[in-house]
Amino acid sequence: MPKTKLLMTGNEAMAEGALQAACRFYAGYPITPQNELIAYMAKRMPEVGGICIQAESELAAINMVFGAALVGERAMTSSSSPGISLKQEGISYIAGAQLPAVIVNVMRGGPGLGNISPSQSDYFQATKSGGHGDYHSIVLAPSSVQEAYDFMSLAFELADKYRNPAIVLSDGMLGQMMEPLIVKSKIQNPKSKINKPWALTGCKGRKPNIIRSLYLGEGALEELNLALQKKYKLIQEKEARWEELFLSDAKIILVAYGTMARIAKSVVKRLREQGKKIGLIRPITLWPFPKNAFKLANSQTRKLANFLVIEMSYGQMLEDVRLAVAGKAKIEFLGRAGGGVPSEEEIISKLRKLI
Amino acid sequence: MGKITIAQDKCKGCLLCIGFCPKGLIVIDEKLNKRGVKPVKFSRQSGIPPKAGKEDNECLGCSMCALICPDCCIEVYK
Amino acid sequence: MEKIFSHPKSLRQISTHYCAGCGHGIAHRLIAEVIDELAIREKIIAIAPVGCAVIAYDYWDFDCSEAAHGRALAVATAIKRLRPQNIVFTYQGDGDLAAIGTNETIHTANRGENISVIFINNAVYGMTGGQMAPTTLIGQKTATTPKGRDATVQGYPLKISELLAQLPAVKYIERVSLHSPQEVLKTKKAIKQAFQNQIDNVGFSLVEILSPCPTYWDLSPKAALDWIREVMVKEFPLGRIK
Repeated sequence: MPKTKLLMTGNEAMAEGALQAACRFYAGYPITPQNELIAYMAKRMPEVGGICIQAESELAAINMVFGAALVGERAMTSSSSPGISLKQEGISYIAGAQLPAVIVNVMRGGPGLGNISPSQSDYFQATKSGGHGDYHSIVLAPSSVQEAYDFMSLAFELADKYRNPAIVLSDGMLGQMMEPLIVKSKIQNPKSKINKPWALTGCKGRKPNIIRSLYLGEGALEELNLALQKKYKLIQEKEARWEELFLSDAKIILVAYGTMARIAKSVVKRLREQGKKIGLIRPITLWPFPKNAFKLANSQTRKLANFLVIEMSYGQMLEDVRLAVAGKAKIEFLGRAGGGVPSEEEIISKLRKLI
Repeated sequence: MGKITIAQDKCKGCLLCIGFCPKGLIVIDEKLNKRGVKPVKFSRQSGIPPKAGKEDNECLGCSMCALICPDCCIEVYK
Repeated sequence: MEKIFSHPKSLRQISTHYCAGCGHGIAHRLIAEVIDELAIREKIIAIAPVGCAVIAYDYWDFDCSEAAHGRALAVATAIKRLRPQNIVFTYQGDGDLAAIGTNETIHTANRGENISVIFINNAVYGMTGGQMAPTTLIGQKTATTPKGRDATVQGYPLKISELLAQLPAVKYIERVSLHSPQEVLKTKKAIKQAFQNQIDNVGFSLVEILSPCPTYWDLSPKAALDWIREVMVKEFPLGRIK
């Protein structure tokens, strides 16, 4: 497929990536730092024959996505932390009704109104299912503008495959930085998408379909929940993704995702040049969390490696790392939030104390 | 000349049909239905005499009963 | 003899969970009759509310979805924009449409989405046990206004239909009632108009139906209809509003 090289912000790259993945419905509400995404959609979506609606609220937007998803369209919304808080009920409904949908969160400082600087403080909200009920959203964490673009296709694919919400977890820095981006020149044909016999299209030639998450009958909701749990187990077995650097001889392994992984990679490079045995695990799916990466890390090195988790938060992914490591190694943490970004120097300074 | 049929097991005993029948031809049945409620019945159907003073009444097929029935129990013939 | 009144095809032949004398049963039937008469059953996509009619999709025989409380009109907007060839309607109570969903109601109407809205106004929240609704009358006793609605504390009954009528993109609003067979026929006519408008691409159409709730009005089914006729219509006058 012919390709083109563009210079684009992470936010715009996600919009273009969605269109390339045959997304033809977007509903959103302006919120910094992702306004570039909705503006890009407002311009580009009509060009590809899709629908872009600036909704009256974040609540309306997620429910419009629910509506678009139930007729079988690839649909998405985007927002930033406080707006994603508003969408939690809608995401729970999408999960309960088993609809596919993509939600982009360009994380900013919190809690409350916070500020518009980047953060990674919504990890819990994304991976522990910020809405009510026993469900999981698939969570993807891009670390570059190219990944921000590429992961949209993956998000829609996984959402359709599993009839589940998928969250693309970005942050204000990644959203607003510009990097070169390789894009496919041809937009994917929406008609070539997966068949959805459950969708509501009018009951011509078939029995009527019902989209629901309410099951009042004896045992009926439990049945749905067991089916969901089975689905989540399958996703955990098959869809965990991560990147690893220098695990075979690392004495300390950095664990970071998204923007923090970029900084972590710089640290690894610098310290390796000085002969220090530092490695990196970069989770790409935050849910399912790549537990196996940690098992492998400790089996590849003959001595147990220790971990340093770095986040723009006060220790959210840290908890999943602890669960994955299961007490078999030491785990240290470096985090800043509220708009603070741990610098290479801070990380190196911490590492020097640990080596 | 008309008649109605009543799906007695769907009847909840709201009695709205009785209130709107201009000929007083719907009455409460003595026996309970499957819902545990005394449903209504068409008096002409079961040979029950109509209300006193309305002995000459026949069902007009006006469908007022069917229109007001919240449970769609009534079908009307004319 | 010829059958002149039948159980409509688009209404399933099952018993409903609605109380004896509840207006939902009549409204569901009228909608099914209109859909059968207009022969649009295979084009219909309906959205059920959160309220007593939350399982309306178990009673109708066409494509239907749930929606989060108050958000039916956002869901409907997306469906109609993507599939204008379908006939899309929402069925909502007074909480769904005029309390939690007010924002979606106003903005969907303001955008003039070409959909049909059936608004069931029974002046109370039935499903949750009889609490005050935006349309509860002054002095009406409910679970959350045990002494009767007090305007100084709870405000006045909300005339959402009159508010929406001010929006230029709204094309049809009519308030009707279920308090007698004659009014039921007028209600059916209004519902038919709301669906015909969508077929003809006229624009946003809403029918507000005054509906009895014998249980939470603490009245017999017949007395509930009388209350609509004698009290409720004075606050919510019937007729074409737009």
